[in-house]
Amino acid sequence: MIAELGHIALIMALFMALLQSVFPLLGAAQGVPVWMAVGRAAGRAQFFFLAVAFLCLIGSFVNHDFSVLYVARNSNTALPLYYRISAAWGAHEGSMLLWALIMGLWTVMVTIFSRSLSQEFLARVLGIMGLVSVGILLFILLTSNPFERHFPPPADGNDLNPLLQDIGMTVHPPMLYMGYVGLSVAFSFAIAALLGGSLDSAWARWSRPWTLVAWVFLTFGIVLGSWWAYYELGWGGWWFWDPVENASFMPWLVATALLHSLAVTEKRGAFKAWTVLLAIFAFSLSLLGTFLVRSGVLTSVHAFASDPARGLFILVFLAVVVGGSLLLYAVRAPTVKDRVRYGLVSKENLLLLNNVLLVTAAASILLGTLYPLILDALQLGKISVGSPYFASVFGPLMTPIFLLAGIAPMFAWREADLGKIGRRVRYVFLGSLVLGVMSTAVFWDAKDIKTMAGLSMALWLAASALLSLWNRVRLRESALQGLKAQSRSVYGMTLAHIGIAVFLTGVVLSDRYSEEKIVRLAPGESSTLGDYTFTFKGVTEVQGPNFIAQQGDFRVQRGDRDVAEFHPQKRIYRVQRNTMTEAAIDPGLTRDLYVALGDRMDAGAWSVRLYYKPFIRWIWLGGLLMMTGGLFSAADRRYRLAIRQAEVWGESAAEKTA
Amino acid sequence: MTPRRRRMIVVGLILIGVSLATFLALTAFQKNLLYFYTPSQVAAGEAPTGYPFRVGGLVVQGSVQREPNSLTVRFSVTDGTSTVPIHYTGILPDLFREGQGIISVGQINASGVFEASEVLAKHDENYMPPEVADALKQSGQVSTSYKDYQK
Repeated sequence: MIAELGHIALIMALFMALLQSVFPLLGAAQGVPVWMAVGRAAGRAQFFFLAVAFLCLIGSFVNHDFSVLYVARNSNTALPLYYRISAAWGAHEGSMLLWALIMGLWTVMVTIFSRSLSQEFLARVLGIMGLVSVGILLFILLTSNPFERHFPPPADGNDLNPLLQDIGMTVHPPMLYMGYVGLSVAFSFAIAALLGGSLDSAWARWSRPWTLVAWVFLTFGIVLGSWWAYYELGWGGWWFWDPVENASFMPWLVATALLHSLAVTEKRGAFKAWTVLLAIFAFSLSLLGTFLVRSGVLTSVHAFASDPARGLFILVFLAVVVGGSLLLYAVRAPTVKDRVRYGLVSKENLLLLNNVLLVTAAASILLGTLYPLILDALQLGKISVGSPYFASVFGPLMTPIFLLAGIAPMFAWREADLGKIGRRVRYVFLGSLVLGVMSTAVFWDAKDIKTMAGLSMALWLAASALLSLWNRVRLRESALQGLKAQSRSVYGMTLAHIGIAVFLTGVVLSDRYSEEKIVRLAPGESSTLGDYTFTFKGVTEVQGPNFIAQQGDFRVQRGDRDVAEFHPQKRIYRVQRNTMTEAAIDPGLTRDLYVALGDRMDAGAWSVRLYYKPFIRWIWLGGLLMMTGGLFSAADRRYRLAIRQAEVWGESAAEKTA
Repeated sequence: MTPRRRRMIVVGLILIGVSLATFLALTAFQKNLLYFYTPSQVAAGEAPTGYPFRVGGLVVQGSVQREPNSLTVRFSVTDGTSTVPIHYTGILPDLFREGQGIISVGQINASGVFEASEVLAKHDENYMPPEVADALKQSGQVSTSYKDYQK
């Protein structure tokens, strides 16, 4: 019963999405207010039905209804309640339903926080979002219905993939989808503006907070995914340039570019056409990400599902979205003229450089990710692109960003005085350089140029971001007044840029000074790694709710001092008979110690992986700082006053915030 | 400087930057392409020597041998027609076992043994790496059980 109810709710949601797209779009074209008004109600109703459908799916999981195929494949009577709920989005069908649900959630948010939009514009935005929903709901109903029954039902289910039985993987998909789908709002705003011919700074100002919030979720989702891969996969790495990781990173890079380009459009009315194009690309890459992960075209740990019909549907959907919006862009963009003039050395050009670098980075990832697929599809051979490619392309592209992100806010719009800025930052620059070189020499290695360069760059980035803030603050009478006078978006930007510096520090130090050892240890034996001595005490058997584990016991000492006890596990999940490595980690701000059990060898000995990872937490800490910065910016007061000021954007151009 | 000349300079700089980036990217790209070869292709001598590539197939039943007191493992992979011997030092992935489809990255040495730097097995016992599935199909050993799983 519950499953049928869910199925019906899903069909109702599709009808609501149709209403939400057809009437408002026609109404906006014909100027019929009643039709336009349909969008808001239909959007909310769509979300209601999706929520019902989603609850029904969770209900089926909680009740162990194994006559539902999806539940039978992804759950088991021994699966704890918590994972039965999260299993609802643990595989393809359910995660697409989650996608649709989140799309509905964003739609509702738009209907609530849009009182200031003109009726026509809102109708167009909701109409476009409705069209996207129609596509996704059709996809679910036609190719991946989570409520499909099969008889006779199996006595017990196939269990949830053990890799996903984990808190990180519970939260990661919803967060990532919030980001992916959130970019559909920026996309819809851009398309609506193209349709209505109202590409102005008011549009950019409306679009910015939505883009920021989506970006915040996307950042969080990627950080969670990276953290999960680190502790769950048992290889001690935090980023593998796996196609699925790339699929989430490309929209992030383009969305970051979009945020910066929206700033120029809002403040200066420039880059309009480019901003629209970025909004289209960002959402298209989100769809591409969904396609890559969900169609099973990739050789990847994530490609759990594979079905060509699904792949074809998403590919056609992608072609319609990208092709349609680019066609519209081609027709409308030539009428958009930037009449703004600016000099060679100006904030505009620095932001343009930022955009060029970020988009180039995204394009080079796209090349590395899609090229093997295209070759394969054309039967020209099977290749894969090694991760050194990505690393060697990324370094040179990101270096200018690391160098310029901090001081760019100090540059004036239109025409900046390079000499003046140079005089202002020279001591900070020298200080960062000296400190970076000195600290590397003192704490690590006096001949390590790479770390010196990396640390100096991180210090410079953080210091110059603070200096830019100080530059604004000191215009006021007292420091306190100056700090109060700054808008939240200024703090947000500063925080996010410092986040990059923290991230960079983590990447450089963990990359250069990680130590790894794979050893064979019998009980009682020990092995040293850096200053730490790892002693293996033996292995005991432990029972979990749906697995049996061999649990190792390790003691770690530094000199005479006990540092930590480790209990890494090798789990065997009863139903799928899968083996899983659960690493044990002793986290710290300056170093992680990491122990993972390998294989059982002869005579009670095990092969063991030991890692010492300095500053690796800083990588995720940096991501979280960027995310917090995004939240601050999105909470800026001016977005709540957006419309009243929107008509007079010229006034706000004088205020020098980015 | 006229606005026109200034714009030309900006466009020129961007053009230089983009072509430089493209050049670097493509060079790095060329260096990091890893081709996949089936065990039959390796046996026929089609695989490169002195250059890393990927090979994949099913781990031959009874072929896995550990050297005592070390982390070196010897095993063979097959596509049903030919087999390739592989040496690997390190920890094998969780789902590595005999009869399982795996992919390995490494180079072939002078005595025809594949020295693996990486062994990949998928985190789903029913999932077959597409390369391996194709390799089996080419050699006429279609394994149907994997296809049935999704339906």
